[in-house]
Amino acid sequence: MRWFENNTDKVVDLLLSHVWLSVVPIVLGFVIAVPIGWYANRHPRVRGVLLTMAGVLYTVPSLALFLILPSIIGTGFLDPLNVVVALTMYAVAIMARSASDAFGSVSPGVLDAATAAGFAPAGRAFQVELPLAGPVLVAGLRVVAVSTVSLVSVGALTGVNNLGSLFTEGYRTDNDAEILVGVIGIVALALVFDGLIVLAGRLLLPWSRSSRSTTRSPVSPIMSFAQHLRGGRV
Amino acid sequence: MIEYRSIGKTFADGTEAVGDFSLVLPSRTTTVFVGSSGCGKTTLLRMVNRMVDPSRGQVLIDDVDIATRNRVELRRSIGYVMQNAGLLPHRKVIDNVATVLRLNGVGKKEARDRSYAVLETVGLDTSLATKYPSQLSGGQQQRVGVARGLVSDPNILLMDEPFGAVDPIVREELQTELLRLQRDLDKTIVFVTHDIDEAFLLGDQVVILKKGGEVAQVGSPADILAAPADDFVRSFVGIDKGSRTLHVEERDGVRVVVDGTGKATGVLESS
Ligand SMILES: Nc1ncnc2c1ncn2[C@@H]1O[C@H](COP(=O)(O)OP(=O)(O)OP(=O)(O)O)[C@@H](O)[C@H]1O
Ligand SMILES: [Mg+2]
Repeated sequence: MRWFENNTDKVVDLLLSHVWLSVVPIVLGFVIAVPIGWYANRHPRVRGVLLTMAGVLYTVPSLALFLILPSIIGTGFLDPLNVVVALTMYAVAIMARSASDAFGSVSPGVLDAATAAGFAPAGRAFQVELPLAGPVLVAGLRVVAVSTVSLVSVGALTGVNNLGSLFTEGYRTDNDAEILVGVIGIVALALVFDGLIVLAGRLLLPWSRSSRSTTRSPVSPIMSFAQHLRGGRV
Repeated sequence: MIEYRSIGKTFADGTEAVGDFSLVLPSRTTTVFVGSSGCGKTTLLRMVNRMVDPSRGQVLIDDVDIATRNRVELRRSIGYVMQNAGLLPHRKVIDNVATVLRLNGVGKKEARDRSYAVLETVGLDTSLATKYPSQLSGGQQQRVGVARGLVSDPNILLMDEPFGAVDPIVREELQTELLRLQRDLDKTIVFVTHDIDEAFLLGDQVVILKKGGEVAQVGSPADILAAPADDFVRSFVGIDKGSRTLHVEERDGVRVVVDGTGKATGVLESS
């Protein structure tokens, strides 16, 4: 690990840009996908169309998307914005389905009781539906986080620097140590994000753990990500 | 006073839940809708707080057509208790109760105090107040449901099979509790059940319904027992089975009341 000791500053820089390139799409994707999922859940026909579109978008390889985007949104080829926009689109594609499932998981009886108690539609959406969709939303967000952290590294191929750059550079200069540092960094980052999301979920949804009834067990993000690799992404 | 005027309801899918229904529910009394599954009880009940809008006819509360009232405001002024309590799983017991007051614009502190008071009124240990609904037994949850229905001191309380999902012993407790509460509170209660014994126990006015919200008979429990309108009512209230036809037999000088099946149900005291 001599290489790491000699290049700490560089690795930290790449780590920080990796964090930014991941956090922005994760947060944006969540914020955009939740209302879409809410709407899709209420309108079954829209749901079909939206989820099909999301599925199709998701089959476009990320590298291709990074390269096509500049001509669509008018950015330069090396602009990090390409990566951010592309990853936000993927995040929305995954998260919209989760969000739709999340709102679908809320008990109709509880919603009915809330309406009867005199919640206005907006109040009900924010104070009842959103928190009750929380556990499934968290499960979806974990998948998005892990997948985004990993996909950012592909951006290195288009010249947008991040921990993935350690792969490209290490491969070019035949430096195994550098590649290893890149892998460890990305995995660690993904685990940290995942941990933070789980922690936030526990703090924001304290009731979901005191529940006697077994809540739907969330899909492990690692498993979903493995599936997504098999599907040919990256 | 609640009044149904030639009410009909056909749902979007074409199901005619209620054909033509008219009834007056006097203030400060309990009216019970009783009938078998799918006869339209819930549909009728939910027309009172505009959870269901009638396709035909009008519902009036104190002579005002409720179609002219804002539905959210209307719901906030009416208590609603449903089967399985319908509590918000993400809010503590106390907040579940206080929510109704908060929606009515009551301040935080006052809402809390009043909620604690009403939890006591319905016989709940206040140590349960800071638990989540899922940590309570079915009977306790149902009490919270009743507390939530009562907390804003509404004139009208709608109850849709509120005790349908608890075991018979707890159900009896809750029924007794409701009778006691009603003696003090004098609400206009609309109560739905498919249990005729519950209907007779709680109802000042009992409405026996057939399919499509058709009224088989309306009256006090005594009226219905004294003069069942037809064979449907006779069989529905169980006169045919014998458990409601009592006679007196004398045993060692004591007059014992025996039902039609031969079961001794009590002793007759000379007045
Ligand atoms: N939203 C709806 N859309 C279509 N049909 C409905 C709807 N709600 C109720 N119905 C139908 O209307 C009829 C009356 O339903 P309702 O719920 O009022 O019955 P109920 O007497 O309360 O029955 P239960 O004792 O099972 O609760 C039933 O045939 C039911 O299937
Ligand atoms: Mg019903």
